[in-house]
Amino acid sequence: MAKTTLTRRSLLKTSAMAAGALAMPMIARAQSVTEMTMLAWYGQAEPDAVAEFEELHNVKITPKYYVGGEQMLALLAQSPAGTYDLIHADAEYVQQLVRANFVEKLDPEDYPFDDFYPEFHKFPGHWHDDELYAVISRFGFLGISHNLDAVSVKEAMSYDMLWDAKHKDKVGHFDWHLPNLGVLSLRDGNAQPYDIGEGAWDRLQDTTLSLKPQVRGFYDYGGVLSSLKSGEVTVMPGIGEWITGVLRRDGANVTTTIPEQGGIQFTESFSIGRGSRKTDLARKFIQHASSPAGQYNLANLNVFPAIIPSKSGWERMIAEKPEDARHLGMFKGDGNAIDLIRKGRIHIRQLPVQQDLGDWNDFWSAYKSA
Amino acid sequence: MTSLLQARRLSKTAYSALWSLPLPVWLAGFFLGPMVLLIWLSFWDVKNFLLTPDFQLENWQKILTAGYFWSAYARTAVIAASASVLATLAALPCALAISFFLSPRARMVLLGLFVVPFFTSYLVRIYSWQIYLTENGIVMKLMAAIGIETGSLLNTPLALMVGLVTLTLPLVIVIQAISLLSLDRTLIDAAYNLGCGPRRVLFATVLPAARPGIVLGALFAFIFSFGDFVTATYLGGGKFTTLSILIADTVKSGQQWPRAAVVALMMIVTLLLTALASITYAYRRS
Repeated sequence: MAKTTLTRRSLLKTSAMAAGALAMPMIARAQSVTEMTMLAWYGQAEPDAVAEFEELHNVKITPKYYVGGEQMLALLAQSPAGTYDLIHADAEYVQQLVRANFVEKLDPEDYPFDDFYPEFHKFPGHWHDDELYAVISRFGFLGISHNLDAVSVKEAMSYDMLWDAKHKDKVGHFDWHLPNLGVLSLRDGNAQPYDIGEGAWDRLQDTTLSLKPQVRGFYDYGGVLSSLKSGEVTVMPGIGEWITGVLRRDGANVTTTIPEQGGIQFTESFSIGRGSRKTDLARKFIQHASSPAGQYNLANLNVFPAIIPSKSGWERMIAEKPEDARHLGMFKGDGNAIDLIRKGRIHIRQLPVQQDLGDWNDFWSAYKSA
Repeated sequence: MTSLLQARRLSKTAYSALWSLPLPVWLAGFFLGPMVLLIWLSFWDVKNFLLTPDFQLENWQKILTAGYFWSAYARTAVIAASASVLATLAALPCALAISFFLSPRARMVLLGLFVVPFFTSYLVRIYSWQIYLTENGIVMKLMAAIGIETGSLLNTPLALMVGLVTLTLPLVIVIQAISLLSLDRTLIDAAYNLGCGPRRVLFATVLPAARPGIVLGALFAFIFSFGDFVTATYLGGGKFTTLSILIADTVKSGQQWPRAAVVALMMIVTLLLTALASITYAYRRS
């Protein structure tokens, strides 16, 4: 019988072989993971948003986050085609994505539009020359967000309350002209808040400037959350449940009311980036996001909650998270989110039609400096 | 013999040149280069949110004729000058005490302590001030305890000054203290011998002799405050639009980097002129 001795060298060799054998499945698995890139608003590609899809399809989604649609367009303009497989964008920028040839055409047959409310079967910003370029993922309304200890829902039913002397120095702004000027344009009585002539534009500037003495400050996302939570600010026009929903999870007594004059709708969507070499996978991602399970998940993202276009998603929200569903407007009967759209109280956020975007931006700078 | 001397002289010249090299290299790489790029950028165009090389004066015309630019400019100058005066006045008694009343050991400890705030991020220090100054914050509660009712102090000029002095005070104290410590003490003795009282010694001898340090301290406070973005945003609530906030706004909407470059160049020119005037005054023979 041969004598076996355990030398240091043989021990190391055996250990290395054993470790290699044990690691083989992981190495094999790691090798087969496909990477997919996504250009998205902050938080939209965090694990709570993409982990399920990643596991199902053995994909790793690498996000590149942006803040603001114009930054997104600049990033795309500076990158070669195919850099981003998926693009998450607000509806008002999808038309610009199409014009700049940054996104691929989509086949409507690939997506479950039948499960969406009819208002989203052919959402205007997502179609161009009768071709589909983006699929809605979720949306929300912007009106007046307020602390319920200081401002009642009844009071918030009119934008005029912003000028009330008792709210002096308690009005805050999210620092972006588009939603703020949109809701103030509604307050001025403009039926199309972003499509206004020169007279209405002058009036809107006067209206906005007259609000300045009431204003406490101009805040970024974090500042909006902390100022509303601390009571520094009690009312904010032009934001919505995407802020108050997050604060309520943390116990704050806040909500968003859509005034009688109307509210603004923001709309998120997914597109496939031009030149992507993973179009099949990107399509599967959008299909997953549009499915009832994906929609339910999207309604409850950690970054902020939002309304979903899927009827099945609504059913599940009402059954499993009735309180959140109610605040978001996903309930049966009068006054729900779809009802507000059908009654014409909601207007889609868009870029200014008759003025240059730069004019709106310059005015916002002037307003902040006033 | 001559060639040996020449070789030694050459070697000495090369040695000095080698030691002098980092400064011009640094200046060329990190100041002149970016400056030229910034000037060039200010003439570019933005087409479809993409920077496009061009030579057009529209950016300069747009910014220099915009009322909001000049109001932001004036506001920034006033805020920076106020913070500079405040930090200088607050630092002076401290620097005098460090220089004249403390033992060398205590002096070293205290000067070391003034460096400690720089160990923590400025942003974190400003965020912590929010907790003190906010609605129902620590300051408001302390004031209420002594019977004074105040509203939130956030987004007020006072909050701005608190933030900017937090940023600049330690540096101003250190600069002033170094200046006072290097003062020729025989001047003070001579003033006393000539019959001056303590007040006259301070105002006629100590402060004039320490003028370069005091002016340079104030200049640094002005420079830091003029370009500050953090305090104006997080303690001023973006309500007091300064030039730094204007730069951020200009870039954020429309990707107008060329116009932001114009604002930045105006800031640089202002700071260069201020520095030139301050240094001339500091070292002027009185």
